[in-house]
Amino acid sequence: MEAAEPKAIEVTDLTVAYQDKPVLWDIDLDVPPGVLLSIVGPNGAGKTTLIKAILGLVRPAAGNVLIYNKPYEVQRRIVGYVPQRGSVDWDFPTNVLDVVMMGRYGALGWVRRPGKSERELAMQALEKVGMEAYTTRQISQLSGGQQQRVFLARALVQDATVYLMDEPFQGVDATTERAIVTLLQELRANGKTVVVVHHDLQTVTDYFDWVMLLNIRRIASGPVNETFTPDNLRETYGGRLAFMKTDK
Amino acid sequence: MENLSTLIHLDYTLMIVGIGAALLGSVSGALGTYAVLRRQSLLGDAISHAALPGIAIAFLLTGSKTPLILVLGAAIAGWLGTLLIMSIVRLTRIKYDSALAIVLSTFFGFGLVLHTLIQRTGNANQAGLDTFLFGQAATILARDVLTIGILGGIALIVMLIFWKELKLLVFDEGFAASIGLPIRALDILLTSLLVIAIVLGLQAVGAVLMSAMLVAPAVAARQWTNRLRLMVFLAACFGALAGVSGTIISSTMSRIPTGPTIVLCATVVVGLSIAFAPNRGLVWNRIRQQRHRHGLKTAADGLLKQSQQRSE
Repeated sequence: MEAAEPKAIEVTDLTVAYQDKPVLWDIDLDVPPGVLLSIVGPNGAGKTTLIKAILGLVRPAAGNVLIYNKPYEVQRRIVGYVPQRGSVDWDFPTNVLDVVMMGRYGALGWVRRPGKSERELAMQALEKVGMEAYTTRQISQLSGGQQQRVFLARALVQDATVYLMDEPFQGVDATTERAIVTLLQELRANGKTVVVVHHDLQTVTDYFDWVMLLNIRRIASGPVNETFTPDNLRETYGGRLAFMKTDK
Repeated sequence: MENLSTLIHLDYTLMIVGIGAALLGSVSGALGTYAVLRRQSLLGDAISHAALPGIAIAFLLTGSKTPLILVLGAAIAGWLGTLLIMSIVRLTRIKYDSALAIVLSTFFGFGLVLHTLIQRTGNANQAGLDTFLFGQAATILARDVLTIGILGGIALIVMLIFWKELKLLVFDEGFAASIGLPIRALDILLTSLLVIAIVLGLQAVGAVLMSAMLVAPAVAARQWTNRLRLMVFLAACFGALAGVSGTIISSTMSRIPTGPTIVLCATVVVGLSIAFAPNRGLVWNRIRQQRHRHGLKTAADGLLKQSQQRSE
C-alpha cells in the first residue's frame, strides 16, 4: 500500500514483561517521519517501558523495533533521548554545561574528552532552551523546569533525527511548558520525528499532530483528529474519564 | 639529644607505614567517591568482609604470607562476593540490601571459620593473619608499600582513563545505556576498582572497618565542592590524611589496632566538614537561615506598612 516511505519508528508485536507480569502486550506502532507524536495512557499503562524498549534499555519478551528500517544498535547516533527528570540524582556534583555536554559523549566515543567544539554546541543548545545564563550553575540549584530544559538541551546536542522524550512536561512551570512546545514544533519543522510520553489529555490536540493511546495494549494510534476520540479514550482509561469534556 | 635520635630511628618504620597509609587512603578515598555517589556505600562493607576467606584460602594453598598472594586471594574472594550479589539481585526477587547482607555474613562467617582452623593447626607461620580483621599498620613493610603503590596507581589510572564513561554511568545510567555504553561491563569495572582499593587496605585497616575508608572521605569531600573532579581529589586527600594520622597515632601508642584509629580520624574530618563547610555545612546553613528570616521579616514589615498607608 504505502510501503514506499520508510518508517521513523516501527514497532512490531512487542511484548515486555517484568517477572511474569506483562507491562506491554503485543504492541504494533508505526511512526512516520516528521511527526510529533504523544503517547498517552493511564498510570502503569507502560508508556515509559515502551520508550525504554524502543531504546533497547529493557529487553522485550517478544517483538521487534526498527528505526528507519534498522535495529536501534546501529541507529543510536540518530536517536536522542530525554529520560524522566526524576530518574537521576540532581545532587550529583556537576554543573549545567557538563550535563549538556554529556549529549556529545556518544559521538565522542571512548576515552576522548569533550573539548571546545563540544562546549560550543552545548552553549548553542542552552541558548535554544533559554538557559545560557546558567552554564556554571550547580544542577541541584535548578528548578524543576530548568532541570527539564537542561535535559532537553542535552538531547539537542545529540543532533538526532528521532527524539524520544519521557514526560518532558512533568512538573514544569507555564513558561517552560510553552518553551518546550515551541522547541518541539521547531524540531518537527526541521523534519525530526519526536515521540513524547504525555499525561495531560487537555493539551494533546494543541501540542501534537499524532497520538498513541496505550494501556498495556495499543488502543489506537494515528493522526490526532482521527484517533483522539471519546470512544478510544474511554477504552484507554476505562470509566475514569468523567472529567473529559468533548468539544464536538 | 638522645631522644631525638630514637625519634629519627623510629621515623624510618613510621615513614614506611605513613606512606603506605597515605597511598591506600588516597586510593580508597578517590574510588569511594563513586560508591557514595551511586548510593552503594554498603557495597564496600560487603566486599571487605567477603575478602576474608580469600586470605585464609590463599594462605592454606600456598603456605605463604607474601602480601601479593594474600591480596590476590582477598581480591578474588571479594570480587566473587560482589558478582554473587549482582546475580542474586538480577536473577531472584531478593532485594539489593538483603543480597548484600546474605553475602557479607556468609563469606565473613566462612572466613572466620577458616582463620580459626588455621590457628588450631598451630602453624608457626600463621601468626599475623588475624591482623586482617582489625588491621595492624605497624606490620606494613616496604614491599607492602610497593604493592599498594603499584596496584593503587593502576586503579587510579584506569579511573582517569574511563573518567567520562564512569561519570555518566553514575549520573544517568539510562542515558548512558541509550548512547551505547556497556553498562554492565562498566559496572563490573567500577566494582573491580573498588575491590582493589579495599583489599589493599585490608592489612592496615582490617576487613571490619575498611568500608569506612571508602565512604568517609567521599562524604566529607562532597561537603566542600560541587565538582566531581574536585570531589575525587579532595576525597583522596582526606583519605590520605586520615590514613596517615590514624597510623601514626596507632603505631606510636602501643598495640592499638590501626583500623579503628584511622576510622576515628576520618570521622573527625567528616564531622568538621559537615559542620563547617561553606554552602552545605550546618553552621553556614544556620547563619543563612537566620539572615533569611531577618530578610523576610523586614520585607513583611515593609508590605504591612505599605498596605496600612494605602488603607489610610
